[in-house]
Amino acid sequence: MSEKYLIGDKMSGGYGRGPNILHGCTIACDKGEIAVIVGPNGAGKSTAMKAVFGMLDVREGAVRLGGEDITGLSPQARVGKGMAFVPQTNNIFTSMTVEENLEMGAFLREDDMKDSMEQVYDLFPILKDKRRQAAGELSGGQRQQVAVGRALMTQPTVLMLDEPTAGVSPIVMDELFDRIIEVARTGISILMVEQNARQALEIADTGYVLVQGRNAHTGTGKDLLEDPEVRRTFLGGT
Amino acid sequence: MDLLNAFVALLNFVIIPATAYGSQLALGALGVTLIYGILRFSNFAHGDTMAFGAMITILVTWMFQAIGISLGPLPTALLALPFGIAATAGMMLLTDRWVYRFYRAQKAKPIILVMASLGVMFVLNGIVRVIIGPGEQQFNDGARFIINARDFKEMTGLSEGLAFRSSQGITIVVTVIAVAALFWFLNRTRTGKSMRAYSDNEDLALLSGINPEKVVRVTWILAAILATTAGVLYGLDKAFKPFTYFQLLLPIFASAIVGGLGNPLGAIAGGYIIAFSEVTLTYAWKKVLTHALPESMAPDGLVQLLSTDYKYAVSFTILVIVLIFKPYGLFRGKAV
Repeated sequence: MSEKYLIGDKMSGGYGRGPNILHGCTIACDKGEIAVIVGPNGAGKSTAMKAVFGMLDVREGAVRLGGEDITGLSPQARVGKGMAFVPQTNNIFTSMTVEENLEMGAFLREDDMKDSMEQVYDLFPILKDKRRQAAGELSGGQRQQVAVGRALMTQPTVLMLDEPTAGVSPIVMDELFDRIIEVARTGISILMVEQNARQALEIADTGYVLVQGRNAHTGTGKDLLEDPEVRRTFLGGT
Repeated sequence: MDLLNAFVALLNFVIIPATAYGSQLALGALGVTLIYGILRFSNFAHGDTMAFGAMITILVTWMFQAIGISLGPLPTALLALPFGIAATAGMMLLTDRWVYRFYRAQKAKPIILVMASLGVMFVLNGIVRVIIGPGEQQFNDGARFIINARDFKEMTGLSEGLAFRSSQGITIVVTVIAVAALFWFLNRTRTGKSMRAYSDNEDLALLSGINPEKVVRVTWILAAILATTAGVLYGLDKAFKPFTYFQLLLPIFASAIVGGLGNPLGAIAGGYIIAFSEVTLTYAWKKVLTHALPESMAPDGLVQLLSTDYKYAVSFTILVIVLIFKPYGLFRGKAV
């Protein structure tokens, strides 16, 4: 089996000089695929994603994008390589308009970005109506749309989302997931961390259950949902 | 009772001088607020940066005067201003490279950068005094008045004269142009927008591929333009004396904080609020009131609320009140 497009291979590492938080953790995602990282609180979900994006030291293991080793690159350099990251909080420019937020997302691009902007507006029609409004005045769900839209403006091959549905209502959450599936259909790899494990695994091609910085279970979203061990220890209920 | 004369006196002694002074403060405060928004520290060297820029401009002005270049009715200093700006921008970029960049790389706390700027202030202070001396310098030439008090009296037949000095007119016109250009730059250009983005959310700006060093460089250059312009206009309007520029630091910071640090619109509003408060509180209202009130109520004293010696107390009081009751400023900047 050939290696997936993006792979964080047996990563171990932590923040600064602190102890290791990840212990040989592997996360991978292929083009057009949705990979979801779930796990209990403090399992290192966000840390695993940040490791893939280069926001902490990976002391062992490697991160490869399209076969190229990018372990040593800074997050900014990874943006140039086609990776886009949507942080969990502070993920928009609150004082700038929606349109300016999208423009800033395309800052690195020299070409005309009007097409990408139209695509984002097609994906999130509400943003087109609010494009002259300051992003900080929008509702939580709309802010997340701006954040995802900003990330998409770089024309990424990989979109990484850190808990995109944190703090939004269930209806908005379903809609966001629908949009994320649409994005994945255009061939972009999606790697996301989610608290709402059940719903996230339903749309996941691959699910990673992390426990204490280690891979506890890996499989398709459907398999994990049906795995009695995962259900009992992690998803709760029957 | 003579309301027209009262209004002319008010215009002459309060509104025109305060507008000119407010414009100078606004330009100074804009520089402070930009640096605060982008580099996230209060630049105490700003007053002396203004002095440095004004000094270079004065030296170039003298050189132009010596070789006989002039702008006719306009002061030669306007012609020398671009040279002053270029030299100041160069000086600030060097300071950034030699001083501030080191602390930025260390991710030093803002207070450490403030202390570093205090050091830069003392060095600039010394450089300016060594080069041009601590004394007062006059460099204003060209026409002195747009409207002369005597001509105004003859023209209108009013007993009160109205004097509108060219330095005041130039201050207001240049400020309007500078502010319009700054806002156009910040709101319409890619570089300007990237500066606002960086000021709004540094981490996300990095994730969007905005180059922080470029943003910092452009900020210093803009601050140099604003500081030099403010310094030269103040020197034209009053006189150039290095110590006065150091003293200007208080009203300038008061303006920036009253408006909300990091908010350019607030800096402008703050500049005029401070200037008008200072002028109205230290002005002797006797003349205006004598014209405006019926004769029986005409005041005997000067009706001066505060001696002009205490004018800095006004900025200081406003500063304290704002910090206690509205620490984010009137236009919601960042907390101090």
